[in-house]
Amino acid sequence: MVSGDTQAAGVVDPPRAVVRRHRVDWRGWKFMWPFALVFVFVFVIPIMYAVWISFFQQRMIGGTVFSGFANYSRLFRDGQFWSSVRRVALFTVVQVPIMLALAALMALALDSMKLHGTKFFRISTFLPYAVPAVVSTLIWGFVYGSKYGLVGSLNSWLGVHVDVLQPSVLLASIGNINTWEFTGYNMLIFYSSLSTIPHSLYEAAAIDGASEWQIVKRIKMPELKGSLAITVIFSIIGSFQLFNEPSILQNMVPGNAITTYYTPNMYAYNLSFSGNQSNYAAALAIVMAAMTMAIAYAVQLNSMKEQMK
Amino acid sequence: MKFTAAKKGLALVAGLAMVSSLAACGGSGSSSGASKSGEKTELSVWAWEPTLKGVVKKFEAKNPDIKIKLQNVGTNTKEYTALDNAIQAGSGAPDVAQIEYYAIPQYAIGKHLMDITDKTNGFKGFYSPGTWASVQWGGKVYGLPMDSGPMAFFYNKDVFDKAGVDASQIKTWDEYYEAAKKVKAVGSYITSDSGDAGFYDSMVWLAGGHPFKTSADGKNVTLNLTGDERAKEFTEFWQKMISEGLIDTKTAGWSEDWFKAMTDGSIASLLTGAWMPANLANSAASGAGKWRVAPMPTLDGKATDAENGGSSLGIISSTKKADAAYKFIEFANHDSEGVSTRVKGGAFPADTKTMKSSEFLDASTVKNSDGQDVEYFGGQKYNEVLAQAAESVSTGYQFLPFEVYARGKYGDFTGKSFTGDAKLTDGIAAWQKDMVSYAKQQGFEVK
Repeated sequence: MVSGDTQAAGVVDPPRAVVRRHRVDWRGWKFMWPFALVFVFVFVIPIMYAVWISFFQQRMIGGTVFSGFANYSRLFRDGQFWSSVRRVALFTVVQVPIMLALAALMALALDSMKLHGTKFFRISTFLPYAVPAVVSTLIWGFVYGSKYGLVGSLNSWLGVHVDVLQPSVLLASIGNINTWEFTGYNMLIFYSSLSTIPHSLYEAAAIDGASEWQIVKRIKMPELKGSLAITVIFSIIGSFQLFNEPSILQNMVPGNAITTYYTPNMYAYNLSFSGNQSNYAAALAIVMAAMTMAIAYAVQLNSMKEQMK
Repeated sequence: MKFTAAKKGLALVAGLAMVSSLAACGGSGSSSGASKSGEKTELSVWAWEPTLKGVVKKFEAKNPDIKIKLQNVGTNTKEYTALDNAIQAGSGAPDVAQIEYYAIPQYAIGKHLMDITDKTNGFKGFYSPGTWASVQWGGKVYGLPMDSGPMAFFYNKDVFDKAGVDASQIKTWDEYYEAAKKVKAVGSYITSDSGDAGFYDSMVWLAGGHPFKTSADGKNVTLNLTGDERAKEFTEFWQKMISEGLIDTKTAGWSEDWFKAMTDGSIASLLTGAWMPANLANSAASGAGKWRVAPMPTLDGKATDAENGGSSLGIISSTKKADAAYKFIEFANHDSEGVSTRVKGGAFPADTKTMKSSEFLDASTVKNSDGQDVEYFGGQKYNEVLAQAAESVSTGYQFLPFEVYARGKYGDFTGKSFTGDAKLTDGIAAWQKDMVSYAKQQGFEVK
């Protein structure tokens, strides 16, 4: 009732309503508290805590001391950190386009309604996403084994010596695992956006004499653009967080080819757990979070501009 | 959003800290009054040593007022991670933990291990010299030796016979190098290494090197891998083996492939700790009968040895049940009933009495995890060789006070020497540089 009055008063007498609107009204906030409480405890406090401890340094001799921005300035001069960032950046630039192109192709093929067994195909390409990353990396690790794995069997059958776990191609091998895991997931996103296109559009195009390729180019591709932004952002975030695959493969790959700073996440993990430098790791985590958010935001802005056109 | 492992860990620690302050209040009251009221004292023990299960049963039967909660929270570094977290959080730490010899200085300097010097008077002669030296730091005792890993030369006799080499006669590194060439000629590698820090440290120890030194107060650290003559000696020897393609650098240690290579002969021998027999019997079971054990080949051919692995039980200094905790580690690692329980389960003893007992020395079979006795070493009394190895371990080698970190970083710098063309000496120098900067950053004075 009261809100009704306010509204009515607003219509009748605008100046007075402005004054009234300034009166703090807490009723809406009361509905917020279950969310706010959870949000503060699981989100705000952990992040604030990480920021707080990143200003300290813990030493074996001398204990914990406040060090201001020392952890951050050390991070910016840390060659191992930047090499890990470069590695995931390279990974992103190569693996993400390949995976998304494959996913888009599969979605278009499924959507063409010219294939048999699309249900089976859809489920089977999505299935790898449902397999836990640890398990799928182990499976691939056994496949990759150049002595007794599937690669090893192929080697002895063909009489060659291919080693997909040697340092120079290792990143590509990890990329292959990731592509296998996530293509189906991205395919589903593309496919669902394709299936929102009304069939009348296709019929109209067919009546106008458009070829199948023209339909793909003029109707389907523009539709995919919208979901492309989402999949690109998800994929970039995912690649920057690369952790499971290299850390599992670490024990299966000879010669320590996967270093303790192979990816930023692995570096943070190893710093805090084997080097007792959780404060430094917190600084790293915050910088990486800021970097990932900045990149994701740039992609989003870019795609919004594209769609405005 | 981004939640790295670190952040999740931090959140967890924060959460634990909150809960712990409550738990601590409740805990302290009950434990002090435990023995009087007939209530049971519950000890929390963290260890991955499988033979402790049997020890716990016997200990509880003898001490009805103490209940042991034995947990395997992970092997070596995984346990230390959990331990570090609990120590930092100020609660949740166990009363007793399994600590490997190389990690003792780290926890002793941090004052996380209880000094038990007063309780262990006269224990010196009980343990082998290498293990007893390993549980001490700055003249104080911080744990009781549980097992030991004196190094030995485990070899596949079939392969060496094929190559025409009598492996039991290999005494020096030069002879080992010559044998490696003959083994290579018949299509096998004499051994494998793709960058194992523990192996590198042990071989430097074996060569008589002392690259690491820490002052008694733990504040001054000396790192001299690049200047220590004996360390250089090993680095150059191993470089020669790698460059000439005599060792397998492509099979990761402890992998599926690695154990298969033990059975098919493509890796012909191992230079490793005395705890290896049970591992071979279980993971390379079909190699049974082919393998033998010999003393370590050394730099100059004189009998000496080094520890490779091995661990102790220590009391975590935050415990409120120190007496019960000591009772347990004394039973497990000093009492004859506790020790024999573990040795029967396949552990390699740390005490000289067991090592001299005929029951131990005459053993010619290895018990596998199914409880079967396997003649893995073709009937050889392998413990005779291993007991001799334990006797000849040289004392005086010091671990770094941050050995856990150092070993974790070894592969980052030497990896390319095993898989590529980088020189091992350069890798070692880079490794040392990283350790120096870590030491400085951790507040040590570095020389």
